[in-house]
This record gives sequence, C-alpha cells and structure tokens, in this order.
Amino acid sequence: MSETAIRTRYIARRHTSARAGVSPGLRRQGAILLPGLRRLASPLLLLVIWQAGCSAGLIPARLLASPAQIAVTFWSLLQDGTLPVNLGVSLGRAGLGLAIAVVVGIGLGLVSGLSRIGEEVVDAPMQILRTLPALALVPLFILWFGIGETPKIALVALGAVFPIYLNLHKGIRGLDPKLLEMARTLNLTRAQTIRDVVLPGALPDLLVGFRFAVGISWLMLVVAEQVNAQSGIGHMMMDAQDFLRTDIIMVGLAIYGLLGLGSDQFVRFLERRLLAWRPVYGAERRA
Amino acid sequence: MSAVRVEGLTRRFGQAPAVLDRLDLTIAPGAFTALLGHSGSGKSTLLRLLAGLDDVSEGRIERPDAVSVVFQEARLLPWKRVWQNVALGQTDADARDRAHAVLEEVGLGHRIDAWPLTLSGGEAQRVALARALVREPKLLMLDEPFAALDALTRMRMQGLVEDLWARHGCAVLLVTHDVDEALTLADRAVVLERGRIGTDLRVDLPRPRRHASPEREDLRRRLLAALHVHEHAA
Repeated sequence: MSETAIRTRYIARRHTSARAGVSPGLRRQGAILLPGLRRLASPLLLLVIWQAGCSAGLIPARLLASPAQIAVTFWSLLQDGTLPVNLGVSLGRAGLGLAIAVVVGIGLGLVSGLSRIGEEVVDAPMQILRTLPALALVPLFILWFGIGETPKIALVALGAVFPIYLNLHKGIRGLDPKLLEMARTLNLTRAQTIRDVVLPGALPDLLVGFRFAVGISWLMLVVAEQVNAQSGIGHMMMDAQDFLRTDIIMVGLAIYGLLGLGSDQFVRFLERRLLAWRPVYGAERRA
Repeated sequence: MSAVRVEGLTRRFGQAPAVLDRLDLTIAPGAFTALLGHSGSGKSTLLRLLAGLDDVSEGRIERPDAVSVVFQEARLLPWKRVWQNVALGQTDADARDRAHAVLEEVGLGHRIDAWPLTLSGGEAQRVALARALVREPKLLMLDEPFAALDALTRMRMQGLVEDLWARHGCAVLLVTHDVDEALTLADRAVVLERGRIGTDLRVDLPRPRRHASPEREDLRRRLLAALHVHEHAA
C-alpha cells in the first residue's frame, strides 16, 4: 500500500469520526480551494451591488460615488498631478514625524532602559504623558506652532514616540539576565554589550512598537491635515467635501487604506529581515 | 605557582549562616578539579566569585585574567550566528578564523553559520565550550555543563571535554553533583561542606576511565559518604 493511500485512509478515518458521510477527497479539496474563492466572492459581490445601486440611481452620487466613478476620478487625479503632489506632501509629513519619533523614542528608551537614574528621570513623565490623547493637543499645537508644517509633523512625532519608547523600554528590561551575565564573563565592554546583546535582544519589542507607531502616525496625519492644511491627502479630501465630490473623498480614503496596508507590509518585511534568527521566520528547525 | 589561590573566602547573605566560611582552595595550573556538593552548598556562589560576577568582600582570590565559564545552559545569543557567538567580543582580525578552528575542534565545523535556536542541546553546549576555549583561558570553569543533556549526549560531551583539556592544557574547575562524572574526568575531587572544602581526594586513575575498578569504587564510596552524611545532616 502506498504512503498516500495510507494517509488518505487516516484522514478518512478522522473525518468520518467528525462528519460521517462526507468523502475525504471532497473535504480536502474544499478545504483548500473554496475558502479562497469565498473570501474574494463576498467583497466582489458587495462591489457589484454598490455599482448597481449607483447606476440605478438608488444611491445619490453626492452621498456616495459609484466604484466606476471613483476609479475614473482616481485616474484623472493621477493624470493631472493632484494626487502625486498631495500624496508626496502627506508621505513627507508622516515620514519626517516618524523619523523624529524613532530617534527620540529610541534615545529615551535607551536612557531609561540602561540606567536606573535615567529610568527615574525619563520614565515617569513618559508614563504620564502617554495617557494624554495626543489629538487633544491639536489646539495647543496650532497656538504654539501656527498652521504651517511644524504642528503636523510634531503631532505625528508625538503620537508615534510613545509606542516606540514603551516597547523598547520593555524590551530592554525584559532581557534575559543570564545573557547579560554571560557578557560579563566574556569581559565585553559596555558599548559591546549594548551593541551585541541589549539592542538585538530588544529589537523584537522595538519592531512591535514601530508597527504601532506607523499606524498611529497615519491617524495623526489624517487629523492634522483635515484641521488646517493647504496640501496633503487630508486637505484634498476636505476640499472635495466643499464641492460634494464624494468620489475624491473615496479616493482619499482608499489612499489612506493603501498607505496603512503598505506600511504594515513594510514593517513585516523589516521583521522578516531583522529577526531571521527566530525559527518562525524561516530558519530551518532541527531537533 | 598556581592557577587559582583562594584564601579565607567568606560570603554571607543577610543574617543567615555564611555560605562560604573562610574557604581555602588552591588549584594547580593545568589540573582538572571537580567541585562537588549538594545543592545549596555554595558551589555556585564560589563559582560566581571566581568568575568575577560577584565582588569579594571577605578573603582573597588570586586568579588568572584569562578565565572562561560554561554554564548549565549554553547562553548563546540567538540573534548571532554560531561563529559570531564564539567570536563575541574578540576584536582581532583573525577572530573569525579562530572561531572556525575551535568550532572544528568541538565537531561543529559544519554548523558555523547556523542560528543557535536551530541547534540541539548538545550542539549548543558545544558552541558554549568553543566560545570559552577561543579565549585561550588559563582557567576554564564548567558549572554543571552536562546536567541538562540526555545520558548519551552527556557521555560524548564528557569525552570531548577530556580531549579539549588534554589539548589546551588549561586548569579546569568542574562544578558537578555527579560523583561518577567527577571520577571520570578529574584528577582531584573536592567536596564543599559547611562553607569549606571538606573532603579533598586525589583521583589517580589511568585514563580513559570507562571501566570500573576497585580503586574507583573506593573513591566513589568515599565521595558519596562525604556528600551523603551532609545531606542527612541538612
């Protein structure tokens, strides 16, 4: 008897005990093929219903543009340069704010993670500040920084700095003390210990923090650009609201969605590259 | 001339009786010494002081600068490849080549680029041995290094340690609670009792010591007695 036959019989036995009467071959195929199709089918169906509703005049265009109209608008915004320009501005703000948050968050995390005094000085204020909803600071930021680029970038940086700081701090504090002890028996210098033991050991937590930070920076950006801005995706959407252009608003929403998705993929890629040593990320397992 | 000289070493934690009580111990260069004692007898305390992990408050320790420790767990950095773990902190240009050479010695020449989390327990412990030896220590301390391994792997590791010791010629201090392990490997077995070296036996058996002999049985009985008596007293 071949190995496949034995395996099929084994599966058949398992399935007959669970669901009598269904043939094992069908069950296995269904388990692999159908969910994929089913998962795609449902959103597609919604899209079709949406388009049909708009075409039939059941959904007024000033409340919700049709998918076809959104696609056309997307294309024309792309062609006349409106979308690339505003997207560039938004990406610039998010990127700069995030970069500031990374530098400040890692700096503060290192100070409070590596020294007792540093923790006493840095950690308490950070823990108090993080409970403040950053968006509530918008009025204050406008008073402080006016309505230029500064308040928007500052808002992104402020929102993103906490997850980075908190996770790095947790990662450093959570290091296996046995590894630090080992580093001492090897006579590693403090700089070597930080570079080879502390930072790589805290990196998984730092990346978790970074992922949160990226998500939060988009959120901050949306608010900052809708409150007062002369450019950016948020401004483009607020402008569209004045002219009842739901199609442009929907394009903006789609862009935000894609940006969120794309940046999440980027962080996942970073994790796969930087944490290649973890067995879950592909290093071959050996008994 | 000695590799290690400990004089009047005392260590206490709080109000409890001293864990180490005016302990004296001298280890000759190149000697293989086994340190026995039941759990809580202060073996690890002594080892930490010798390794420089804790500060000496009472008494005196003379030891070479080149000291390496292998712990019960391999304590490898999971984010560094095997050879990088071995070469950790070695800044000279040929650190990588030396790491390769030592890994070859412990039989892991084919795993130099592996991630530590993909190693078996015995392999990880061999990497830890390589990491200790690449520093060319004058004193190699082994803190129950085989305790977490299965019986077969343990026997292979014991043979490996014996070979490496013969080749590198460093003094070895093996902390163990296994009398047979001590008798297989060591020239000298000392038992830590009530904070001092109680029993101190010369193990003068021909190597390799795989077979039982009346001399070995006698030593075994005496060591077990030294350990047992104390266990009952405690």
